[in-house]
Amino acid sequence: MLLSRLSRIGARFLKLNELRAGQISVNRNGYFQGAFSRFLHPVKNHHSFSTTATEKASEEGSEQKEKISVTFVDKDGEEKLIKVPIGMSMLEAAHENDIELEGACEGSLACSTCHVIVMDVDYYNKLEDPTDEENDMLDLAFGLTETSRLGCQVIAKPELDGLRLALPSATRNFAVDGYVPKPH
Amino acid sequence: MRRLLFHHARNLLSSTKDLSSLQSLRLLHVCIIGSGPAGFYTAEKMLKADDKVEIDILDRLPTPFGLVRSGVAPDHPETKIVVNQFTRVATNERCSFYGNVSLGNSVSLPELRQIYDIVVLAYGAESDRSLGVLGEDLRGIYSAREFVWWYNGHPDCYNLEPDLKHTDTAVIFGQVALEPLKVYLVGRRGPAQAACTTKELREILGIKNVNVHIQEADLVKSPADEEGLKNTRIQRRVYELFAKAATSAPHPAVDQRELHFVFFRKPERFLSSDGCNVSGVRLEKTCLKENGGSGRQVAVGTGEFENLNCGLVLKSIGYKSLPVNGLPFDSQRGIVPNVKGRVVSSNQTEHEKVEHGLYVVGWLKRGPTGIIGTNLYCAAETVMSILEDVHKGEYVQSSKPGREGLLHLLKDKNLRFVPFGGWEKIDCKEKMKGQLQNRPRDKITSWEELLKAANE
Repeated sequence: MLLSRLSRIGARFLKLNELRAGQISVNRNGYFQGAFSRFLHPVKNHHSFSTTATEKASEEGSEQKEKISVTFVDKDGEEKLIKVPIGMSMLEAAHENDIELEGACEGSLACSTCHVIVMDVDYYNKLEDPTDEENDMLDLAFGLTETSRLGCQVIAKPELDGLRLALPSATRNFAVDGYVPKPH
Repeated sequence: MRRLLFHHARNLLSSTKDLSSLQSLRLLHVCIIGSGPAGFYTAEKMLKADDKVEIDILDRLPTPFGLVRSGVAPDHPETKIVVNQFTRVATNERCSFYGNVSLGNSVSLPELRQIYDIVVLAYGAESDRSLGVLGEDLRGIYSAREFVWWYNGHPDCYNLEPDLKHTDTAVIFGQVALEPLKVYLVGRRGPAQAACTTKELREILGIKNVNVHIQEADLVKSPADEEGLKNTRIQRRVYELFAKAATSAPHPAVDQRELHFVFFRKPERFLSSDGCNVSGVRLEKTCLKENGGSGRQVAVGTGEFENLNCGLVLKSIGYKSLPVNGLPFDSQRGIVPNVKGRVVSSNQTEHEKVEHGLYVVGWLKRGPTGIIGTNLYCAAETVMSILEDVHKGEYVQSSKPGREGLLHLLKDKNLRFVPFGGWEKIDCKEKMKGQLQNRPRDKITSWEELLKAANE
């Protein structure tokens, strides 16, 4: 688990270094550094670097692996179709594609900011049931629906090709419904 | 970055028809007071929405991040990960952090309003509600805020030193973290009204070597309870956890700690055997009555009393915001009166007067409830109000100095602020000290030491 995550982050880091020459945005630059250093912390430096080096090949191999199509519908109703490699979480996929999905805890199941709504119940049923821990976080999600999930827990798999995810419309809820988030 | 800005600009265009007022505007000077989640989410959203804003975030502490640092317990490092995001905001070239600058003491609100186009109050709730019962000021009675600040090394509470070694029984009103004691968690209402989260309750029930005691009679549901549970998912799941814990057999083992959930009780007075230290609490049994037509059930006393002996009491009945000079304040609700984040100087809808350039966000705006993420939506609302006012052209004529003015003011007052770089020195020192003890960090807990570390 940790290793696969490390390798993913490692690959991102390598990509980052390649991209740096090409004026990568401050935001994304920071995101990668933050995420990388978090996973770097528990292990010694030489470990993580050897991991990233050896895993690089397999990561490149997986790039050619199958990707599925996922559509994000933002709070203004605007749609964005992206390709997501099998095995990647919707949170990571959103961030790689500049989709504004929050991820306060960076996918460690400690917040509910990456809340997404699966727009088609048939697709919702294709997902594994949420764990108690995910449900505990969904309890606190803003604008919860029957087909709500956390983006960090929805992992791309072939059956999910064509998945449509809506981002909860915060501002609209506030403005139109006068909805105020429930106290916990 | 350009792409992101373009994206936001397009969003703005789609939400407001006219961008000309924004384009003609020189730099918009924004001051955010308080560097907790509400303050940082506000800064982030402002920076994203508008590339002509310059933001200064003030905090009375030398350290940023508010309750993420001094509220989230050290055994929840994953909840603290959000500081990565906040650090990216603080290190944005259009954003600066000024620690050790206290609103009311170092600088006044009128002074800041003269310097900045926009002042956003995000200083949260740094006081406590009180029970208002006899003996509340006895030694050994603390507010949850003080206790949580103490175990999180907040410089205002590092010397609290609650006596945990010689105390074998604690009574806690409301919800707070557990210490290794025999603990009674007392609530006025029942398990169907408990205000904790499922995550917190699941964690507390899962602590090893703790015998959980829940009276099965307390789990009996009234029709009003049933109705309430049906409507609120989190209450339903919390109730189910209580019910499951009540029916699962306790594990017989020696040297076990005990956790007693005491429902339907309210404190009548605190007791002391020596007139100085708390030695117990007198509780009144309660029953639930519906409050008017609101559907909300409130606890009322039954006139039946019982005593509970204890050496430590933690009151976890709610935080309270404090007013500052020159700020409209609703002392009954403990918030700054506002309409979608715009501060208004009167609470009566007919006579509402919007305070130009003054906004509020977070606990100070909506009261001390919710989780870190709640501030995301709270900040979105306040920022939307700010942007609406910006687009209306409210700040076009202004010629406020912004950051330059603040630096002058601080220099005139001979005040030494802690920049974000100073915090990074503190951070680095704490982490290094922690590393030697195999801990993520060892916090610096006194004002003196914090300021020393920041200026090294």
